[in-house]
Amino acid sequence: MTDSVYILRSPNVAARRIGDELMIMSAHDSSLFSLNETAAILWDAADGMTPLAEIVRRLILPVFDIEPAIALEDARSLALGLAERGILQLGDSPLVPRGDPV
Amino acid sequence: MSLMHRMGARALELGIPLSVQLDLTYRCNERCIHCYLDHEDHGEMETAEILGLLDQMAATGVFFLTISGGEIFMRRDLFEIVARARALGFSVKLKTNAVMVRAAKARQIAALGVDSVQVSLYSHDAVTHDEITKLPGSFKRTMEGVRFLHMAGVKVTLANVLMAQNADHYKQVQALADEMGVGYTVDATITPMMDGDRTIVSLNMDADRLSGVLRDTSLLGDQTDRVLSPPGGPTPLEEAYKTLPCSAGHTACYVSPYGDVFPCVQFPYKVGNVREQGFADIWRDSPQLNEVRAIRVSDLQGCSSCVHGSSCTRCPGLAYMEGNMLGPSIQDCEKSFARTGIPSNNLKQKKMRGIPLEIVG
Repeated sequence: MTDSVYILRSPNVAARRIGDELMIMSAHDSSLFSLNETAAILWDAADGMTPLAEIVRRLILPVFDIEPAIALEDARSLALGLAERGILQLGDSPLVPRGDPV
Repeated sequence: MSLMHRMGARALELGIPLSVQLDLTYRCNERCIHCYLDHEDHGEMETAEILGLLDQMAATGVFFLTISGGEIFMRRDLFEIVARARALGFSVKLKTNAVMVRAAKARQIAALGVDSVQVSLYSHDAVTHDEITKLPGSFKRTMEGVRFLHMAGVKVTLANVLMAQNADHYKQVQALADEMGVGYTVDATITPMMDGDRTIVSLNMDADRLSGVLRDTSLLGDQTDRVLSPPGGPTPLEEAYKTLPCSAGHTACYVSPYGDVFPCVQFPYKVGNVREQGFADIWRDSPQLNEVRAIRVSDLQGCSSCVHGSSCTRCPGLAYMEGNMLGPSIQDCEKSFARTGIPSNNLKQKKMRGIPLEIVG
């Protein structure tokens, strides 16, 4: 993975906050996930245009007491895990949300 | 506890309507002999009203949205509605007869990230299916629609509602679903019409066939042991004070094409109308909904002490349509009997009353 990582919410998942939990359901196989606080931050910020490093700097470092390099590595690893489950899309350049297919 | 159960428990605790069925129309291109709806249009919600309602539902926390009818493809704005629902993050399930689904529509559904599509199919036999739907050629069109959806990558489930006319065909429909690589679900209950007319209830299959369906282990899967075990006896009193009869009105509700809100599609007790009040206001404050919510298993008349109490699938909506939402539902008593061979208190009483008086002399 290069230094420039962009993340975008997958169009094939459903998402809702139930209390303090962010629930995600994949339309592919109807599997249900509960995202932890960090994963929820990534999900909310995954607009395809903001680099992951920027998301970490702006939204994760102010919340967690963690070294910036470690935070970025953890975020990359988390984003990769979410991408493997079809929850996020990853790219090394900005990702454009799919347009309204109708 | 599974994640799904945990989410349901959390929604209940927070008063969130996790699941909503929204019927867009009661109009339909079929005229199924067992249908519980009046197919005339009495003033359906317009596109803007439905889009606004979706916004309100998302804000209230609704996650699972079932879009149904009538036939949903009778609405020209269907894709606009589904697109908004998906953009708002709902997990969307569609119910249709698929007669109007061709390749392009199937691809659009797939592109929208719909969770699944449930398609009504009554038989593997075209003649029987078309006799039930009263639409010549509907079997062929529905099967084509299912194939288009499947080829587009949409998860499809065949919904097989059974009645006297097709009760012997379900094995073949199940096999057809397997062969096509789609899901299968069976429903062995014909319910009264929403206006209370019970004429169509006579279409239900006889007791022997019902018993065969309800005891068929190929349909029960991992529920076999639970469903086929002897009656569990009444719910223990302490538990009965806390146990809810079902999710209707607690974490689920139903909205009609006219904006009427009900606890469930099978529970026609109107609790509000979204054209007159906000969805969240109805969900939170409706006196009728709070009346339904206050009911616990310990309040059920006849059921709380019944031998089937803890294992019965009692539907409060069917009980309501029989005249008392706190009472038993004879159709569920019949199902408990069909599963176990042991009559409920209510069934025994009804059968005793049903014995004709012998005229002597």
